Amino acid sequence: MPLHFELVTPAKLERSEDVYMVVVPGTEGDFGVLEGHAPVMSTIRDGALQVYRAEGAAPENIAVRGGFAEVGDNGLTVLAEHVEG
Amino acid sequence: MASLKELKGRINSVKSTQKITKAKQMVAAAKLRKAQAAAEAARPYAERLGAVMASLASKVAGHEGAPKLFAGTGKDQRHLLVVANSDKGLAGAFNSNIVRAALTQARELKAQGKDVDFYLVGRKGRAPIRRAHPSNVVQMFDTTDVREPGYAEAERIVAELMEMYDAGKFDVAHLFFSKFKSALTQEPTRLQIIPVPAPEIATASQAAVEYEPDEEEILAELLPRYLKTQVFGALLENSASEQGASMTAMDNATRNAGELINKLTIQYNRSRQAAITTELIEIIAGAEAL
Repeated sequence: MPLHFELVTPAKLERSEDVYMVVVPGTEGDFGVLEGHAPVMSTIRDGALQVYRAEGAAPENIAVRGGFAEVGDNGLTVLAEHVEG
Repeated sequence: MASLKELKGRINSVKSTQKITKAKQMVAAAKLRKAQAAAEAARPYAERLGAVMASLASKVAGHEGAPKLFAGTGKDQRHLLVVANSDKGLAGAFNSNIVRAALTQARELKAQGKDVDFYLVGRKGRAPIRRAHPSNVVQMFDTTDVREPGYAEAERIVAELMEMYDAGKFDVAHLFFSKFKSALTQEPTRLQIIPVPAPEIATASQAAVEYEPDEEEILAELLPRYLKTQVFGALLENSASEQGASMTAMDNATRNAGELINKLTIQYNRSRQAAITTELIEIIAGAEAL
């Protein structure tokens, strides 16, 4: 089962796709989100999200600033003020 | 009666005015489409953040340590009116409607014995508000150097507002802008931004959500962001409204110019005919006299 991942900035919906795993740089430490993760809300320190499209694949890095992550029933949503790259 | 030459000159001048208004109308129509798309694109972020805020706010509300930005200063003596206008005119009553809403509110507040200050965004609100309240304009935010006010501007505005709030310069802030309903109607709107009102979204009590760090810290962190989103949303609405108002105003102007041209042309033709008739009468009268 894939994880539904959305990356949203104030200007637009940056990403909306199904991925395998995302490693989020939370304020209190990095955490990986897989499908079926328990609901969490966390602030994100400025850094890179690592998006794994498939198991074992090389991660794609997305640098975000001013982020906030929410894991709910409909997957992972990252709200970021700025996205680079 | 104006001479033929004068009439011709006036017709030409109205024609060139019509060309300008027509061009401006088409530009506004194109920009309106862009502004609407931008407003559309900003919606997901605002909605999600609003939902998160609502669920957090319902948890923190009433607690002792609620952030000042959320709980307020406990007073409502000093009011700050943030008035968002455009930098350019040619948009009918767009700017004056916003200014009028703000001034009405200021009058009401003053009647209640409150202090009122203004924070102006955009160039067009400056003159009328400074005329009415010369000593109460505390800050004017300049947007003339950017093409379209965007998130960067919202960030700077909110940073300045937060600084003033932390320095205790005001207790309550309202934002005035124009809500975009359609190209024909824009509604001057007042929105309380500080203290941040809890968003009203019915949240079904979710499963136990884990917060990292705790709710209050997240709320404190998200409040300024929520504020920025609100201001950003207002700026977007405003720019869509401005283009809509401009389009309508220019459409009217073009039509009026057309009517005026028709009227002047008829007048011109009549005078020309009258002149010819007089000339003929003179010739015939001259011939008969011989």
